[in-house]
Amino acid sequence: MIRYIAKRLGISFLILVLGSFLMFVLTINSGDPLAEYRESNSPNRENLIKQRIAHMGLNDPWYERYWNWLTGVFRGDLGQDIKGQGVNDLVVQAAGSTLRLVVIATVLAIVIGVILGVLTAIRQYSGFDYAVTFMAFVFFSLPVFWAAVLLKHYAAIEFNNWIVEARFTPIQIVVVAVVLAFILVAALGGPWKQRLISFGIAAVVFAGALFYFSAVQWFRRPMLGVPLYAVVVLAAAVIVLMLTSGPQNKRVRNAIALTALLSIVGYAVMRGPLMANPTTLMLFLCFLGGIAAAVVSGLALGGFSRKQAIIASCLVAVVASGVALADLMLSNWNSYLTQNPRPIPTIGSATPNFSSDYWGHFIDAATHLVLPTVVLTLISIASYTRYTRASMLDVLNQDYIRTARSKGVSERKVITRHAFRNSLIPLATIVAFDFAGLIGGAVITETVFGWQGMGNMFKVGLAAVDPPPVMAFYLVTGTAAVVMNLLADIAYAFLDPRIAR
Amino acid sequence: MTDPNNQMPSVEPETDTRFSIEDDVETTNTRSFSQGQLVRRRFLRHKAAMVSLVILIFIVLLAITSIGYGPIPGWWDKTFIDTYPKLGNGEPTVKLWPPSIGEHPFGQDTTGKDYFALVMRGVQQSLLIAFTVGILATVVGTAIGAIAGFYRGITEAFLMRMTDLFIIIPTLVLAAVLGRMAGGNIVMLALVLALVSWTGLARLVRGEVLSLREREFVMAARALGTPGPRIIVRHILPNALGTIVVNATLLISAAILTETALSFLGFGVRAPDTSLGLLVSTYQTALTGRPWLFWIPGMFILVFSLCINFIGDGLRDAFDPRQQMD
Repeated sequence: MIRYIAKRLGISFLILVLGSFLMFVLTINSGDPLAEYRESNSPNRENLIKQRIAHMGLNDPWYERYWNWLTGVFRGDLGQDIKGQGVNDLVVQAAGSTLRLVVIATVLAIVIGVILGVLTAIRQYSGFDYAVTFMAFVFFSLPVFWAAVLLKHYAAIEFNNWIVEARFTPIQIVVVAVVLAFILVAALGGPWKQRLISFGIAAVVFAGALFYFSAVQWFRRPMLGVPLYAVVVLAAAVIVLMLTSGPQNKRVRNAIALTALLSIVGYAVMRGPLMANPTTLMLFLCFLGGIAAAVVSGLALGGFSRKQAIIASCLVAVVASGVALADLMLSNWNSYLTQNPRPIPTIGSATPNFSSDYWGHFIDAATHLVLPTVVLTLISIASYTRYTRASMLDVLNQDYIRTARSKGVSERKVITRHAFRNSLIPLATIVAFDFAGLIGGAVITETVFGWQGMGNMFKVGLAAVDPPPVMAFYLVTGTAAVVMNLLADIAYAFLDPRIAR
Repeated sequence: MTDPNNQMPSVEPETDTRFSIEDDVETTNTRSFSQGQLVRRRFLRHKAAMVSLVILIFIVLLAITSIGYGPIPGWWDKTFIDTYPKLGNGEPTVKLWPPSIGEHPFGQDTTGKDYFALVMRGVQQSLLIAFTVGILATVVGTAIGAIAGFYRGITEAFLMRMTDLFIIIPTLVLAAVLGRMAGGNIVMLALVLALVSWTGLARLVRGEVLSLREREFVMAARALGTPGPRIIVRHILPNALGTIVVNATLLISAAILTETALSFLGFGVRAPDTSLGLLVSTYQTALTGRPWLFWIPGMFILVFSLCINFIGDGLRDAFDPRQQMD
């Protein structure tokens, strides 16, 4: 395997260089870098043109320009842009914001998309299936920036107006509760009587919760606190247990329970310090601690199903860390609101001249991420849902699934153990492909939301026929694509032994 | 529209109620259909796909007949180039009741051009791009993916590395650079988009073929001495047809969206010619004052792309050889 990876990396490297050559030649031939001066009436026009020719090496032959750029890259110097600014600095500033955006959107899209895909495949031809399919098609057909402009104009501004009071009218409560309950029941399925009962209960619970949230203005000062945190983590643990091994496997069950307990105790201890004066390192260490606890409890209690116990416990730990982070952010939401009364911004990746504590900046970055992430996620959810559904249906129609059912394996096990894993195989390719596509989508999203990210750097660079920024963008996205493709191929071989080399 | 998939197979009641042994033998067994007939029947029964097909044909006819194409004149009396005296703020004059389309059904843009003619022109250009890209990219992607997946070895290595070369350059980026070179020429733009969009399909088809070539029926064909190209065309590709067809439609709708994106970034179609993408990006700031300038072309992109996707879904179900129907 290691030899294979090394070989692949070597080939990928050559492809990357070949691609850079292609990009470079295309970029320098895509227009005239002197266009802006040719049209200007400035008295020192000739001088400016001469300067730029010297600066960009326009009189050198193309292969020499490419060679200069390439050797520069191997020395770790990405060159200077048309204005003489170092591209290295530009990339460092830009890459962070773009990758943050794309990674969050990808993860969200995969999680939500796969869940929806599996659910629609299980409930094929139900109302839920049709509704999700229709929505997936709509999202898939949305032009990115059209949706972005609409979201900016309607969702953000409306939300900002609403959050001032953060109250629902009774009609809103009823409508939202009914709709939510309807979606839940549609996803759950079952006989009609059972559905009616669960619909009634769900609607009442949702309405009660909304009434409570509205009455205490929860959306202005939201908070879970340790008790609610415990409830959420335990619920997540139960779900993970049901999805992985099932409640019969005592070893996995105990490992998961221990992980959940350790997470709750750990969070109860750490919440104070994390609220008061957190650092990124501290947050990261807490996350690592959670994972370590999961691995240890898996090893200690897993017995012969050690591997499964570790995987399941790690899942619980990841969810628990996520919920903890959410709680910490929620707890600081109110102080952020007082500083920034219109919390969802429509432009930029951070509020200019914003001074606050760690959580203030954290939430500020998060609120700036909301709209672009929603746009990117919505658009890629659609393809994940569709592909998961298709491949899940494909697998569910296979003979070995029928065999499993006929020998009495429970439906849950058929779906999670027999069908789900195999249905992920085609998805491995999609993820790699979609990631590259998302970076392309990020170019648009950044333009609409005015982010100073990689996409913007690329756009400005290309418009000015300025190779270094364009090539830097290519290098970052190309490397990301190579790595993602390699991971996809490894996953492919891992998931489908028939094609393992 | 909420019925994008086939209903479960339903047995058609036979009108013939006479009972005799011969009839019984003939009628209880289903009539036999060729593969093409089966596909056609299944597709025609796919409600969402049929509705989409009707809408799509309507839009295509509307776009082509209204303002004509090239030298052929259309029935709409205004062009997308001339400006007309402004009526009011240039609001859409189309009315549902009493039904009338008025002087400028989709309103006028900021300079007084007839927006209906502009949008129709945009639809035409987007259509041209979409279908060119869809057909070209599908053929290229399928051929490369199938050959790579079936022959493996050095052929696969070469073809897939070539695919990787195109994949590592994000589609939009390569398209933007090439689009800038194409300088707003529609046909060039379509070729450019085709050149950058076959990669995903090639990888998918290869993946599918890798899995299919290990199946028993391929082994059987091999054992009979069937030549490779024939195995690919007759045995493997029909089983991968679902993937190919779904992706062909995805490619078409993706091409529309990519064109839109390129025009938005300023590397696609350029004025005075127009496309739906250019219209939307030109009027993105008009949302507060003249919302129709932003909504109408956007809705056309959405509806168009949606129809294509539904048709693709219908085709997928129709082509699925495992789906039993009548």
